[in-house]
Amino acid sequence: MRFDVAAYKLRTPQSVQEALAWMAAEPGALRPLAGGTDLMVLLAAGKLPGGQFVNLWPLRELRTIEVTSDSVTLGALTTYSDVQAHPVLQQEFPMLVEAARQTGGWAIQNRGTLGGNIGNASPAADSPPALLCYDAELELRSAQGSRWLPYHGFHTGYRQTLLRPDEIIARLRLPRRRGQRLHCYRKVGPRQAQAISKVCFAGCADLEDGRLVSVRIALGGVAPTVVRCPETEHILAAATSPAALDEAAARASLSRQMAPIDDIRSTARYRRRVAENLLGQFVAVLRLHPGWATP
Amino acid sequence: MPLVGTPVPRLEAPDKVTGAACYVDDFALPGMIYGVTVRSPGPRGRIRRIRLGDGIPWEEITVVTARDIPGDNVVALINDDQPCLAAEVYNHAEEAVVLLAHRDRALLERARRQVHLDVEPLPPVLTIDDALAAREVIWGTDNIIKSYLVEQGDVEAALREADLVVQGEYETGAQEHLYIEPNGMVAVATPEDGVTVWGSLQCPYYVQKALMRLFRLPPERTRVVQLETGGGFGGKEDYPSMIAAHAALLSWKAGGVPVKIVYDRTEDMLATTKRHPSRTRHRTGLRRDGTLVALDIDFVIDGGAYSTLSQVVLSRGTIHAAGPYRCDNVRIRGRAVATNTPPRGAFRGFGAPQSLFALERHLDVVARAAGLPPEELRRRNFIRRGERLAVGQQVRDGVDLPALLERALQVSGWTERKNRFRQENQRGTIRRGLGLSCFLHGTGFTGSGESHLASTVALEGTAEGRVRVLTSSTEIGQGTNTIFSQIAADALGVGGEIIEVPRPDTAAVPDSGPTVASRTCTIVGKLIETAALSLRQQLLEEGLLPLPYTTGDFQAACAAYVRQRGALRATARYQPPPGIHWDEVRFRGDAYGAYSWAVYVAQVRVDLCTYQAQVEEFWTVQEVGRVVNPTLAAGQIEGGVAQAIGWALYEHVAWQEGRMANCRMTDYIIPTTMDIPPIHVWFEEAPYPYGAFGAKGLGELPMDGPAPAILNAIHDALGVSICRVPATPEVIYDALSREEALV
Amino acid sequence: MSDGSGQQIDLHFVVNGQAVTVRCHPMARLLDVLREELHLTGTKEGCGEGECGACAVVMDGELVNSCLVPAAQAAGVQLRTVEGLAAGGRLAPLQEAFLHCNGAQCGICTPGMLMAAFCLLQHNPHPSEEAVRVALAGNLCRCTGYAKIVAAVARAAQEGGDAL
Repeated sequence: MRFDVAAYKLRTPQSVQEALAWMAAEPGALRPLAGGTDLMVLLAAGKLPGGQFVNLWPLRELRTIEVTSDSVTLGALTTYSDVQAHPVLQQEFPMLVEAARQTGGWAIQNRGTLGGNIGNASPAADSPPALLCYDAELELRSAQGSRWLPYHGFHTGYRQTLLRPDEIIARLRLPRRRGQRLHCYRKVGPRQAQAISKVCFAGCADLEDGRLVSVRIALGGVAPTVVRCPETEHILAAATSPAALDEAAARASLSRQMAPIDDIRSTARYRRRVAENLLGQFVAVLRLHPGWATP
Repeated sequence: MPLVGTPVPRLEAPDKVTGAACYVDDFALPGMIYGVTVRSPGPRGRIRRIRLGDGIPWEEITVVTARDIPGDNVVALINDDQPCLAAEVYNHAEEAVVLLAHRDRALLERARRQVHLDVEPLPPVLTIDDALAAREVIWGTDNIIKSYLVEQGDVEAALREADLVVQGEYETGAQEHLYIEPNGMVAVATPEDGVTVWGSLQCPYYVQKALMRLFRLPPERTRVVQLETGGGFGGKEDYPSMIAAHAALLSWKAGGVPVKIVYDRTEDMLATTKRHPSRTRHRTGLRRDGTLVALDIDFVIDGGAYSTLSQVVLSRGTIHAAGPYRCDNVRIRGRAVATNTPPRGAFRGFGAPQSLFALERHLDVVARAAGLPPEELRRRNFIRRGERLAVGQQVRDGVDLPALLERALQVSGWTERKNRFRQENQRGTIRRGLGLSCFLHGTGFTGSGESHLASTVALEGTAEGRVRVLTSSTEIGQGTNTIFSQIAADALGVGGEIIEVPRPDTAAVPDSGPTVASRTCTIVGKLIETAALSLRQQLLEEGLLPLPYTTGDFQAACAAYVRQRGALRATARYQPPPGIHWDEVRFRGDAYGAYSWAVYVAQVRVDLCTYQAQVEEFWTVQEVGRVVNPTLAAGQIEGGVAQAIGWALYEHVAWQEGRMANCRMTDYIIPTTMDIPPIHVWFEEAPYPYGAFGAKGLGELPMDGPAPAILNAIHDALGVSICRVPATPEVIYDALSREEALV
Repeated sequence: MSDGSGQQIDLHFVVNGQAVTVRCHPMARLLDVLREELHLTGTKEGCGEGECGACAVVMDGELVNSCLVPAAQAAGVQLRTVEGLAAGGRLAPLQEAFLHCNGAQCGICTPGMLMAAFCLLQHNPHPSEEAVRVALAGNLCRCTGYAKIVAAVARAAQEGGDAL
């Protein structure tokens, strides 16, 4: 046993307000604990710094999925299993569903939460690339109130975020979009299930009236944070026909937006090449999309 | 009705499915405290001083160092070069130096972090090449733990005269056993009562031998009891002696308080043994028609810092290096070298998977060079009954390798699939291929090993008319209890319900040898069969047993015997089969009493986008003598193939300065349900007269063949030869990009 | 040590149909509470990081890895462990199927496998082979190659019907 529970204090609030009040009273002293799928691993490994935690898991108000005509709002405690089961997410946000399906095993999916996945800020996390592509927004809440920010830009460096010490991630909002959208998500891990990504690719493209109106691409596992790849998006979005999709230029630009490393899970070389290949697959799917105007 | 040959359900399964089975972590004794281990910080160095830091009530904690060992500071095994606790120097990362015990595990953890080792690092030897270069000498005079030479004919002359010579170099990585139950032991030890340990282990008498030497105790005061054991695969063959010793030293110093040491997963991965990494070089001479005329094989394994079982792993690997083929001119040089890495130990297959990987991978390369299909090259060179293997052993088994091959080709739809894949591989980003391997695995200990062991079993009739099968062979998941009861019941001519197979306890069972080397069913089972016949004979001679008799008659006879005559007991001791000779000095002769034989086929899919290879379907055809329990036997094959798929494609040990860097289950990747394909199992049964009811060895065989079959399939799919396992996507990508660079 | 030292709660929950109260630290792992406080040692620890599934139990109808559940999050829950599968001295069909198919070899992953399979059959009484493999992908086994485990679950689904 590498840990001593006496080094920790875990307080269970009755409400979100109470949790936030505690966090406001001692800024930085209390860290949020949701489904435990990251923090409890560190605990057992003897690597969880001692101190106080606030037990968010019982706060049902943070585990809701609300659908309105223009958005889906997910409580931060929405689990991967919740995501997979939701019909609107299945229909309109399949990359998020796919990410949830491929995160850990079933027992992890029952406990791992979207808020935790974002807050844990691993560059190899599975859902963030999908969330980036879907233009997710985050609600950060503190005793002072709440603020909404675009998810893009939330991760400021390796394991660094814009979350203040007195804030929790409360909700995520995904704007709904009607019309033809192409989704392409692929996680590359060391095995077919229960794996940590080496590279994770999410790409979507919107077609209107036979034209490409927007392309979004995000990658995990190739930089200190998950990254959006605007340069590559612009190159592809400029195409007016399938033939005009400039794969070579897109690949070259993608490579410039990555900073992969060698570690115990893979090599920089491999990550770079596979990310490019996944982009190549995305381009191939995009070319074949029936939504293009027939010349 | 005979039980041998039928799928008798596993005897201890009810306890396993209800949670009642007692594993070491579930085992507790009154007053028990816990032990932890303080380990060396780097791969090699001198220990200057051990400092106990501040803020810990050291007076409450039992602290053991090498100075506290009552006897010799060795883990007795073969060469006795491994200390139980490092004293002046350490020779690998995570070597045990100090032991601590206390009832409060949280305090113990704080204390562990407060033991400071002041060390002077020394330059380490970390690779096979470093070891062979011998710029630093860390073992003997040249870093070579053991070497063997197998030689027949004139290899150099044959290579000169060959129509074609093909060379290759093949590497295999370390492999972690990853039994799901980490290692652990509980010990009670005092100078007055001696030492008793309970734990997760394969070989009770190995542990006893180590403890006797460490404590200078006679066997009758050194007791080892196996608890339910959550997987072994060789990983609980030698290392449990170390943990038992540690727990016992702590208990001894703490005045006989029971001490439990259970490793967590990380400690188990960091400190315990792995499969030996290997490098094999082949030079092969052929005639134009594909006949093998020369096999020149240089086989090197990395034994780590201490010799443990390396010499016997090497001998098996060396003997298997030339595979199931006839060739007049063979030279196999086998060497085990030392490096400053945690000692490597036994792992299912025991050297054979490494050398057979090289051979069977190489033969596909050779076949391409010779312009022959891989199956045809093999078919033309298969050894036949009456011919001699490289060590000079004449094959006496009723083996028919061409028939096994035909069966494998037929059940896998080899030709049809190959043609289909050739078409399909023209398009898209998925490539498929088929690969095969042909191999053998020697049953039981190598050479004179079984004669030296002289294993003994006993059967005991009880006053209740039941029969107890007494052996030191452990149930570690493979089905020992069940097959022993089947064998005993059939040999006695009774129902299985009156047979008991008690848990091995050195105070109660004779030494039937270690549970290793695919020997349990065939060799120990044969002794059970023999002892059973003798027990039955005793009852017949006393006139207590009518002929024919029912199970009830037998029970009555047994009970009557015990009432009238006291103990009813029969023993049997190993005798080598007639005509078996092994010359250890010349390393020639009958290396094994028998061999099991197999042909495996893998279908692999490689994604050119991710470079990930996946096994899609797997066919196994094997001749293992009589199959005692078809369900358990199939379980062994499926499990072995799965473990070998892991070794072939996924299981990469990332070494950093001689330490396993990916020492967590999250980072050391074994296959899940989603990674293991359908595995088809076919048995051919040619009974072996000196194995229990005709059985030969089975458990290790399935570890030998999959890796080369899978990499041959990758070669088939991509046209690129990959010569090392694990063939991770990174390795496949590197190989493909080298190929691209050449184009 | 922090001011958390000595923090204890009275944890109430129901395990295998029995209401229990355990005095423990809220950050204690549910796995340790089960094994050490309640002596329900059928639940195993294989890795301590949610990777092997040997510690899987069913909590409020959902499969969880008990090594990753802080005790405080088990307050008021309904738990089922491997000890709660058999009823009235009779093995459950799922357990019988594991016996019949040799789904347990060394047995150390078996409790977690059984709980994952049990939970699956509660959610989906007639799963496809693919669904069984997906559901069990978080439970590692090193002995069987999974074939006989998957077969056992299929057999239980066939034979057990709703009376798992």
